[in-house]
Amino acid sequence: MTTGYFFSHRHILDIEHLSADDIDFILTTAESFKEISARPIKKVPTLRGNTIINLFFEPSTRTRLSFEIAAKRMSADTFNISASTSSTTKGETLIDTARNISAMNPDIIIIRHSFSGAPHMLSQYVNAAVINAGDGTHEHPSQGLLDMMTVRQHKKRLNDLKIAIIGDILHSRVAHSDILGFLRMGSEVFVYGPGTLIPPGLQELGVTVCSSMKEAVQDADVVMTLRIQKERQNDPLLPSFREYASEYGVTAKVASWARPDALIMHPGPINRGIELMPDVADGPQSVILDQVTNGVAVRMALLYLVTGNS
Amino acid sequence: MPAPLLIKNGRIIDPANTVDCVRDLLIVDGRIADPTAPPHSNSSKIQEIDAEGCWVVPGLIDMHVHLREPGEEYKEDILSGTRAAAAGGFTAVACMPNTKPVNDSRAVTALILSQAEKADARVYPVAAISKNSEGSALTEFGELKANGVVAVSDDGLPVRDSQLMRRAMEYADDHDLLVISHSEEPSLSNGVMNEGIISTRLGLKGIPTAAESIMVYREIALAECLGKRVHIAHVSCSMSAELIRSAKARGVRVTAETAPHYFTLTDEAVMGYATNAKMNPPLRAEKDRQAIRQGLADGTFDAIATDHAPHSMLEKEVEFDRAMNGIIGLETSLPLSLSLVREGVIDEQKLVELMSMNPARILGIEGGTLSAGAVADVTVINPDLAFTYTEEQVVSKSKNSPFLGEKLQGRAVYTIMGGRITHSLA
Repeated sequence: MTTGYFFSHRHILDIEHLSADDIDFILTTAESFKEISARPIKKVPTLRGNTIINLFFEPSTRTRLSFEIAAKRMSADTFNISASTSSTTKGETLIDTARNISAMNPDIIIIRHSFSGAPHMLSQYVNAAVINAGDGTHEHPSQGLLDMMTVRQHKKRLNDLKIAIIGDILHSRVAHSDILGFLRMGSEVFVYGPGTLIPPGLQELGVTVCSSMKEAVQDADVVMTLRIQKERQNDPLLPSFREYASEYGVTAKVASWARPDALIMHPGPINRGIELMPDVADGPQSVILDQVTNGVAVRMALLYLVTGNS
Repeated sequence: MPAPLLIKNGRIIDPANTVDCVRDLLIVDGRIADPTAPPHSNSSKIQEIDAEGCWVVPGLIDMHVHLREPGEEYKEDILSGTRAAAAGGFTAVACMPNTKPVNDSRAVTALILSQAEKADARVYPVAAISKNSEGSALTEFGELKANGVVAVSDDGLPVRDSQLMRRAMEYADDHDLLVISHSEEPSLSNGVMNEGIISTRLGLKGIPTAAESIMVYREIALAECLGKRVHIAHVSCSMSAELIRSAKARGVRVTAETAPHYFTLTDEAVMGYATNAKMNPPLRAEKDRQAIRQGLADGTFDAIATDHAPHSMLEKEVEFDRAMNGIIGLETSLPLSLSLVREGVIDEQKLVELMSMNPARILGIEGGTLSAGAVADVTVINPDLAFTYTEEQVVSKSKNSPFLGEKLQGRAVYTIMGGRITHSLA
């Protein structure tokens, strides 16, 4: 870490605006928090008196739970608002919702929204720090950070790695955060998936868009599989899940093309047998549950840092 | 009738008469007076404008605006919209039919024209091609034309049915009406911004340029095979420009307009989820912006139109996906277009052709010239006057402009409609 480094971010809206030093600092902070979750009494008073609102406009189990556990382990008071109970169903605009919540003086608002840019907009209307817990098809920065933390934990570095990301890149906000994060840290990112699910312009970011699974996975240090978003199949993107599984699913054979010590990752929830075969998901190289564990530590670090505790 | 008006020492730029010289321009009884005629007898009553250092051009004509009346007067109405037009140097506007109700009948046209009697610019209604712009049955072109409509267009809605578009071109030709195409292939355009690296970075759904160009080609194919006329609205991308250029070279009766934002901005303006940069067609990539500038220079485009689309903050201060398309443009069109002259893309004559002479010819309306006897619609432009475009000075009821806060150069100092001064910075 550079001398005199100062974490200057009021909000965590995306990975795009985090420098390599920022990412390094967040991950180091997260590692220092990891041990708290292993204690018999998993609670520290660090954020006592802080009010944290989970504003989830889109269904989520693991991310919301992970943020809530992170907040509670640091003694913050947390409140959950989900789309079905929020006033937006009565026609209130997001900005009005934001202003009303802001008037109750929360310290942090964690937002998930189906529209890209909603956290960015929210941050302009509230006094609280805003953390993006996934917006549309834009970014999911805390997931990107926990992925990087997991890779760093196993590979002891984040530079000079070959990261293969397989599947629905177009709709995956996780993939977008991962791509930006791993590139920023000095690794190479290779993607492979059906042409209908590869967004335009990735090459301009420095990503290698592969024309075969083998090209993407060969000698990879990390194979990141993405969830096929069944809810998005109204657009004719795929002929069938059956074909997807055979053409783009990560099988033991595919995994064998990667380095012997390659990590198998997935942001979850897994469609077992479609994008990832069960034997690979549960195999010795899988670090999928480490990702979940690290998620709590990363989110503790983010909550800690945005409240000005750097 | 206002007093005679003498505009002194201005640089008269009138491409219709291939005039570019410094001299006075006299307006009497709402008409341009003959410069060779003897001086006005009752000279004491003559009102004078000192136009030294300024350009004196035929009044600017914007052939593509939305005035929102009837139905959405909280965004704009005919009076506020024409005040904005006058402030931007326009003496005439053609207003699109996507009002509420849609202008698909004599009654709506009559209402628009009756409101326009008190307006600060001439208002030429464009009626819908199809009833309620639903794309199934033609409106009554004959009656609409007889009641003052100058063109037909389903405006923001593309005509999906090619047969209906064919019939529209044929039937419009019978009535000497212009068909204006909003060229968009709907099945390709369910995005919210241009498809490209910026849409990928922002996680916003993109609209490929092909969504526009496919439909531009359909209109050209129809016009060519039928020998009829069509006008392509708000062209945004390189491929469309190329199609229009080659069609014109073959003699197809196609005309086209583009808008200042397409030659000024790219999709980078959307960064930060700026809803004031959300429009349809969307802002494109740099290569498209360059192609639009090239198309203005080489005559591919006949007109600069603003697609002035006022929306209140209710429609813009929302999530990007939910924000409505469109920006206001009447007050920024001239300064943005003047930058093309400063940058050597076009010359002064061409600017006046694009913003006055050609729109008048395409629509078949008066104006667009300073010929003796012509209606005295005149714009006096100070091409050097610099100003910062701020929300406070926006004349339109709506403030949805991506150019707010920008330093612009050149603006109308006087706008004169039929001899009456409708805007003055003095």
